[in-house]
Amino acid sequence: MTHALELKSLTKTFGKTEIIRGIDLAIDAGDRIAIIGPNGAGKSTLFNLISGRLSPTAGEVLLHGQRIDGKRPFEINRMGLSRSFQITNIFPKLSVFENLRCGVLWSLGAGYTFLRFLSKMHDANERTEELVRQVGLEKKRNVLAVNLTYAEQRALEIGVTIAGGASVILLDEPTAGMSKTETSHFIALIKQVTVGKTLLTVEHDMGVVFGLADKIAVVVYGEIIAFDTPAAVRANARVQEAYLGSSVADAQGGH
Amino acid sequence: MSTIATKPAAHETVVQPRSAKPLNVGRIAIWSAFALALIVAPLIFTSSLALTMLSQIGYLIIICLSYNMLLGQGGMLSFGHAVYVGLGSFIAIHTMNLAAKGSLPVPLVLIPLVGGLGGMFFAVLFGYVSTKKSGTTFAMITLGLGELVAAMALMFPTFFGGEGGITTNRVYGTPLFGINFGAQNQVYYLIAVYCFVCTGLMFAFTGTPLGRMLNAVRDNPERVEFIGYSTQRVRYFSFIIAGFFAGIGGGLAAINFEIVNAVDSLNGLRSGGYLLFTFLGGATFFFGPMIGAVLLVFASVLLSELSKAWLLYLGLVFLLMVMFAPGGVASLIMMNVRVALFGKFNRFYALYAGLIVTAAIMVAGAAAIVEMIYHMQLNAALGPTVRLAGFELDTSSPKSWLIAAGLLIVGLALFELVRRRYVQVWGKAQEEIEFEIKRRETA
Repeated sequence: MTHALELKSLTKTFGKTEIIRGIDLAIDAGDRIAIIGPNGAGKSTLFNLISGRLSPTAGEVLLHGQRIDGKRPFEINRMGLSRSFQITNIFPKLSVFENLRCGVLWSLGAGYTFLRFLSKMHDANERTEELVRQVGLEKKRNVLAVNLTYAEQRALEIGVTIAGGASVILLDEPTAGMSKTETSHFIALIKQVTVGKTLLTVEHDMGVVFGLADKIAVVVYGEIIAFDTPAAVRANARVQEAYLGSSVADAQGGH
Repeated sequence: MSTIATKPAAHETVVQPRSAKPLNVGRIAIWSAFALALIVAPLIFTSSLALTMLSQIGYLIIICLSYNMLLGQGGMLSFGHAVYVGLGSFIAIHTMNLAAKGSLPVPLVLIPLVGGLGGMFFAVLFGYVSTKKSGTTFAMITLGLGELVAAMALMFPTFFGGEGGITTNRVYGTPLFGINFGAQNQVYYLIAVYCFVCTGLMFAFTGTPLGRMLNAVRDNPERVEFIGYSTQRVRYFSFIIAGFFAGIGGGLAAINFEIVNAVDSLNGLRSGGYLLFTFLGGATFFFGPMIGAVLLVFASVLLSELSKAWLLYLGLVFLLMVMFAPGGVASLIMMNVRVALFGKFNRFYALYAGLIVTAAIMVAGAAAIVEMIYHMQLNAALGPTVRLAGFELDTSSPKSWLIAAGLLIVGLALFELVRRRYVQVWGKAQEEIEFEIKRRETA
């Protein structure tokens, strides 16, 4: 069986600095993986390599068995992989509804057409309405994204990410900057909207990690030093060492 | 603006898919009013100057709207829009000359479309290069391409007619229903029909997937790449469509003037004019550039007649606009419409009257000084008197200088007083509106 996402000796260097040093990782469809590691370990770079924002120096990325390394982000997205961003990355001057509809359009075959009216594209509009409900922004449906609260913008970010119906979802620190109550509410939201999908999350908050992931990959200095269930990772001696002798759970306050 | 849009939604408990039905009445009314204005305008303003100006306004509306497809809707700051307008004009005028000779069976009513296809062809060509980039790089490429085309035009005198340009006669072929387009009012109505249809089509474009993705590319090009769209493609396709409408505008200009001159129809100055007036009209609203087109004609036809210093005045207006109302005239209108919709416009009548009167005093003083300086520099040989709006100013007497300076200073002081009061009242009105919106949301 082909894996949903597979990394083969993935390497990325910036100048002489090796940021990602030969990462191998196989993720099956429906897996929910959290990637953790200290700051500067290469987690975000790894996401950028997978999603096409950067192209790898060496190695391969396979999505459902097909090579995607070196492809442009929009090509990768069309093949069923979608990502969110650590710093909210939405369309500030479009309304919540329009933001989500933009995310829906390609997957419903709208393409670049200028011969159809959006208002007449009922499938896109119905799907968008459903998304508005899913991310809990019904009351803000027509509000410009720039006027939303931070937590609402984060929810919209997730909505735009899942809008195209991608089967593999990458979330880059989805709860960064949120309060405790917002975070727990948000984990429930993420779980709900990613049911049945393959999920990769970069996260600092261990509460979120244990809430969302079945398996944890620990990245330190561009290498995966552990890939296992949360309990096993917690007990792993190398992981504890990497976090300077402290337990993994202590890492959550650090960032 | 957003808050206006949210207002109706606040009452809806179940959010329904937005069908355009409740809006349609208003929309039909607006478009009918536009059509009526186009039809009636030459019947009200009957002078030949007015007809000339109306004709120019008609095709400049198309050009400025097509430019705003790039600027306002796509965030593409092009410095070379005159290229597509101008080349459209040349293609159109050559087609007219060929048609008059009988080599091409194209009736005059279709000539603007030929211009459009010409503009589109060159947009396909040049846009392929320029739309690969965005932001400053895009702006620089369009500037370079614009200068390149303008310079090249003088190297091919057979096509571009050198410094004299290419002339034509729009009266050719068999007249249909007695219309031969010799008279200016017939040309005006041809322009008006194109103006209405093109405006409608460009408005329709804003409601299509490509139009919406163009807004998305303007707002956040990076994110667009991660929802399946190539930003280059979105920019490129939109650029081609903008080039098409620019060419139609160019074709109409060629019919209107019966001459196209490469020296002033293709250069950066002309492109800059489209940019300037689209901005003045308001790039953030669809109808903003239409106001811009009207202003452009009034500035270049009337203001240039009134004063030699008109470019100075224009520059000052542009400067003030960029600093204090970056949304252009359209945003000023819409801000006040919002206030009026919430029933708070009454308190502004006196304030606006005050602003207008004090500004007029200030402008009169400033204009008198500017005109006297210009007169002394350029027309001193004609004697010391200069006429301004019916008044005779004597540049040799200190009295006129003192009066002018006095008007400027007094006007400025009074204007500032009224402005401060206005800002207070405006702020309070906005607060009340925000409060009202919150109240309706929770109700």
